[in-house]
Amino acid sequence: MRVEGETSDIRISGVTHRYRKHVALDSISLELPGGQLVGFIGPDGVGKSTLLGLITGAKKLQSGNIDVLGGPIGNSGHRHRICPAIAFMPQGLGRNLYPELSVRENLEFFSGLFAQGHSERDDRIVALLAATGLAQFEDRLMGKLSGGMKQKLGLCCALIHDPKLLVLDEPTTGVDPLSRRQFWALIDAIRAKSPELSVLVSTAYMEEADGFDRIVAMDAGQVIFQGKPAELKGSDDDLEIAYRRLRSQELPVQSEGKNKTNVQIEASPVIVARGLTRRFGDFTAVDNVDFTINQGEIFGFLGSNGCGKSTTMKMLTGLLPSSSGEALLFGNPVDAYDRKMRREIGYMSQAFSLYGELSVHQNLQLHARIFAIADREQRVSELTERFGLEEHRHTLATALPLGIKQRLSLAVAVIHRPRVLILDEPTSGVDPEARDSFWDLLIELSRNESVTIFVSTHFMGEAERCDRVSFMHAGRVLAEGTPAELIAIEGVESLEDAFISILEAAEKPVSVVAPEVEFGTKSQASRRDFSRVLAYARRETVEVARDPVRLAFAFLGSAILMLVFCFGITLDIDELEFAVLDLSQGPESRAYSAEFAGSSYFKATSPLQSASEGRDRLVAGEVSLVVELPPDFDRKMSTGEPTQILATVDGAIPFKGETVEGYVSGLHQSFLSEYAHSNGKTQIDIARIEPRFRYNQSFESIAAMAPAMPAILLIMLPAVLTAVSVARERELGSVVNFYVTPTTRLEFLVGKQIPYILIAYANFLLLAGMTVFLFGVPLKGNPFPLAVGALLYVWATTSYGLLIATMTSSQVAATFATAIASVVPTIQFSGLLQPVSTLEGGAQVVGSLWPSSYFLHLNVGAFTKGLGWEALAPDILALACFGPVLTLIAALCLRAQEK
Amino acid sequence: MQRFYCIFWLGLKEVMSLRRDWVMMALLVWSFTLAPIMEATGVASSVNNASIAFADEDDSPLSRSLATAFFPPEFQPVVLIEPGKGPAYMDAGRFIFVVAVPPGFEKDLRAGRSPEIQVLIDATAMEQAGIGANYITSILSAEIHRYAIGIDLVDAPSISVILRSAFNPNRDTVRFAGIVALIGQIMWLTTILTGAAMIREREHGTIEHLLAMPLAPFDIAIAKIWANAAVVLVAAGLSLTFVMQGSLGISIAGSKMLFLVGTALFLFTATALGVFLATIARSMAQFALLVMLIVLPMLMLSGGETPIEGQPAWLQAGTLVLPSRHYMSASQAIVFKGAGIETVWPEFVWMTLLGIALLLMSLRLFRRSLAQIS
Repeated sequence: MRVEGETSDIRISGVTHRYRKHVALDSISLELPGGQLVGFIGPDGVGKSTLLGLITGAKKLQSGNIDVLGGPIGNSGHRHRICPAIAFMPQGLGRNLYPELSVRENLEFFSGLFAQGHSERDDRIVALLAATGLAQFEDRLMGKLSGGMKQKLGLCCALIHDPKLLVLDEPTTGVDPLSRRQFWALIDAIRAKSPELSVLVSTAYMEEADGFDRIVAMDAGQVIFQGKPAELKGSDDDLEIAYRRLRSQELPVQSEGKNKTNVQIEASPVIVARGLTRRFGDFTAVDNVDFTINQGEIFGFLGSNGCGKSTTMKMLTGLLPSSSGEALLFGNPVDAYDRKMRREIGYMSQAFSLYGELSVHQNLQLHARIFAIADREQRVSELTERFGLEEHRHTLATALPLGIKQRLSLAVAVIHRPRVLILDEPTSGVDPEARDSFWDLLIELSRNESVTIFVSTHFMGEAERCDRVSFMHAGRVLAEGTPAELIAIEGVESLEDAFISILEAAEKPVSVVAPEVEFGTKSQASRRDFSRVLAYARRETVEVARDPVRLAFAFLGSAILMLVFCFGITLDIDELEFAVLDLSQGPESRAYSAEFAGSSYFKATSPLQSASEGRDRLVAGEVSLVVELPPDFDRKMSTGEPTQILATVDGAIPFKGETVEGYVSGLHQSFLSEYAHSNGKTQIDIARIEPRFRYNQSFESIAAMAPAMPAILLIMLPAVLTAVSVARERELGSVVNFYVTPTTRLEFLVGKQIPYILIAYANFLLLAGMTVFLFGVPLKGNPFPLAVGALLYVWATTSYGLLIATMTSSQVAATFATAIASVVPTIQFSGLLQPVSTLEGGAQVVGSLWPSSYFLHLNVGAFTKGLGWEALAPDILALACFGPVLTLIAALCLRAQEK
Repeated sequence: MQRFYCIFWLGLKEVMSLRRDWVMMALLVWSFTLAPIMEATGVASSVNNASIAFADEDDSPLSRSLATAFFPPEFQPVVLIEPGKGPAYMDAGRFIFVVAVPPGFEKDLRAGRSPEIQVLIDATAMEQAGIGANYITSILSAEIHRYAIGIDLVDAPSISVILRSAFNPNRDTVRFAGIVALIGQIMWLTTILTGAAMIREREHGTIEHLLAMPLAPFDIAIAKIWANAAVVLVAAGLSLTFVMQGSLGISIAGSKMLFLVGTALFLFTATALGVFLATIARSMAQFALLVMLIVLPMLMLSGGETPIEGQPAWLQAGTLVLPSRHYMSASQAIVFKGAGIETVWPEFVWMTLLGIALLLMSLRLFRRSLAQIS
């Protein structure tokens, strides 16, 4: 869609962005002409992603100004107007896609966000899938796609609405070279077709930037160069060297791509893999892999993300058993339970996996202790010095720069002087200098200490420094040899070309072309209808339906808790054990005990011998009541003298104690009147007091409990589920689709809410069914007001979940915060335990502002009290207010942009 | 020996990490200070500030004196309503109790015609209805008797029953609610702390790192268990001394040491439960949902919220396998009744056995789940 009279240039002036104290962008000013492919280069953490996020409006501008497509992006009106013309693919493969959705469902969702009609949508999807070669994977779940395919799908989703500005944040990180090449070919084809399209892209692979129209080199939140790639390169061989020169302001110490010291490697095999295979279900992650690594060798493992490198390495460390084949270490099979063997291996896993909450020194100490290193202190200080960690000794590991973290990881991995090092992508995201110093350490270990090093990487530059490399793709090793050999065999210029030609030989590459959709087709993106709400609702439904845990929680959860609550919280206490200390042993005293033993409330236990025994049995919890009849009981009864019976009740549990006291008073009275009656002395009943239990004549707690419980269950579970669904989006990063598409806050919230209203309503029906059929509590009143009120109630409770989700950042926080914030007020103020009419002051106010109070009255009223429309109307009216008000408040609290 | 050493240091690492985790520390502090205070003081005894109305059709000195016989804190001031309106008020939830005095009540009483007072009770207010009905009946009959004795209609009764509330003479609810709240917090927090520590280790990839070292899954799990159990035990001890005894003024009848020993035994089962749930959950969010589904019923059925005797017989037998029930019952015996080890040892044995069983089960599952890390 086009906005008339706009310019496609991007003007950035004085933009500074801070995350707490950390300055991510430091007063940046830039002019980027439209219609160009502009690359942002630099290692991780220099501010590339922040800048791209600000340009697309995904992040909220803190200071300065950015003009995008003819207006300031900081102006929310302008932002909303132009966002249909922007497409953003955030960092991380498929981070804004939905793993539980298929390829086609993902595309349909994005299409829905731009309110495209069905026929338009189908045309576009077909064209995009055909162009990218994804057509045959239409029904595969996104989570099961390979890295290259995820990246293509991400691009398809970004292109579905013909953007004028396409922003790609590190689209090729972790993707194999062939897919990378294809990706750039696709971008070129699209740009050739629609020359007015501006593309902003960031990358950590400097060599890719060669083909860009313009590059912006960044370092520490500042722009250190902008212009054509050739200008930056100048006399240098490649961009990486040029970038380094720029950064250090001086020529870097020429660190050769190859290892200087070419010592003869002894041919004594240290790691051997023979036919190593690993399957996960029907997916073969590693397929019949063979290789031999000799002592002191640096063996490189090249391949894209998800090709099986990490799985192979885990099998070699014994972390993962192999499905078939064997892995040998020093000639012995790798055994997961062999602790001796583990002392020979140092392992560094893909992500930084040390304890961030411990300092550098504490991390080293901990590992030294676990390996029981004799000269611990000495070894730790030696490593601290050698790996250049002195100045960071007491820094928390989490606060270290990435390059130092990797050095610390390596120090930890070698602390026990292992003979083998297995390093899984140790340098991804690290800046070039830090990578160099890391490799210097590796080479030193290999050459001076004969440590065998098995390292995986997706940087060709690093592969060139290995003694031998092996190419892995889709679980298989495609080629193996020294870098020079491989280049020679394939007859190409570089190792990357060698990899690509080997890949092309292994699998027929899919051809990519620009999608055959007329660019500039007018889609009615600004049309106000329910399309976006429905897109969100449909997607959410599919996701929940495919997540067994949430599904089980949604339905089984309420059923289980209903059973527990109804059986567990019953207040009918009977058959309580009691004991009698009968010191009188006459007919009257025995009659008195019989009065108790004969009632359904009490069950007699063996009579007591002494008062102290009664006390002991009360302490032990064997009896709940001890009745002591005085020695002169019978005598005084016959003479009519006053006498006293002592009833000691276990008062530890107050409710139980008071109930027992009530039983005792009642039985005492009935004994007296029976006694009077049997002696002919008709004791005049001066007045009768007749208690009438309304609604529930038999006074069974289930009749009150079963209809009361849905009030708490239908707030807790729906609110938690709704809150989790919103927090999940934020945690997984797909919330960016809401930030950068025309979706309004209300559309986003209501769309996500609808499936949960339906789930909660189904739950209401389930609970009502259990109440009637399982607990045998009949529905005495009118079912229709109940049905209406329940719908309004679950609307209110799901809205409450939305509201809490806007204030929490993680799924765990959302779960517990929502659970506490829904259960506590419901128990305290809604009349569940204490009727609303008994609440005082503030509590009564809270109770009257809490939806559960009304639903509780409604549900109990309809079930047990047998009420109809007239009596229930006030509750329904009150409930009708909560949903809309809470949804609106949630929409106001929701951030439409990232901070 | 080296193994114990590793477990010790790994556990210590756990404590150090926890100290730096602000969210968990805040949760820890909240759970053992404000949360139990709120719970203990928030829930009043069952009949408290109950709403009561009188439909007085007699309007005699006697009936008027009956209406003034109800006092706070048990009852709200009596509201006089029009005769016949009681049921409608009750439908709307305005009153729990409505007392109806018939016309000519005092005259009939004097004439020995044994007139009848009706007390309408909203039986859907379960906690209040039964006990409140007893209260009202005895207040009314005491008042009527006093009147009858005053006009020489009857003699003073000869046999009376003296009710003594053992262990809790003042029928104080704060003590009970406070201790139950503390026990509940111990259960929640231990499971969440241990499970979250486990999942964090998995999500950050550090578990693989540990397993590549000479450590067995058993060592890792035990380190987590002892460290988290120790943290909660110390927190519970402090809370017992400073919050329960100090702030809430709760008296502990038995030995505090014995209570803490019982707590330590229970913590084994609770931490093992945390490991267990963390093993079957695939993510932190799933863990959070699972904890709610498992811990909430364990608490509800432990006998703290409602008496065990209220459960149907089959359920009473079933809840014997809940460590929470044994912990609750041992704690109540020690704290409220001053029971010693000679009384509570069966509960301690139960907790130990259940703890060992759960621990073995979760260790087996944990080992199996590690084999499936991809």
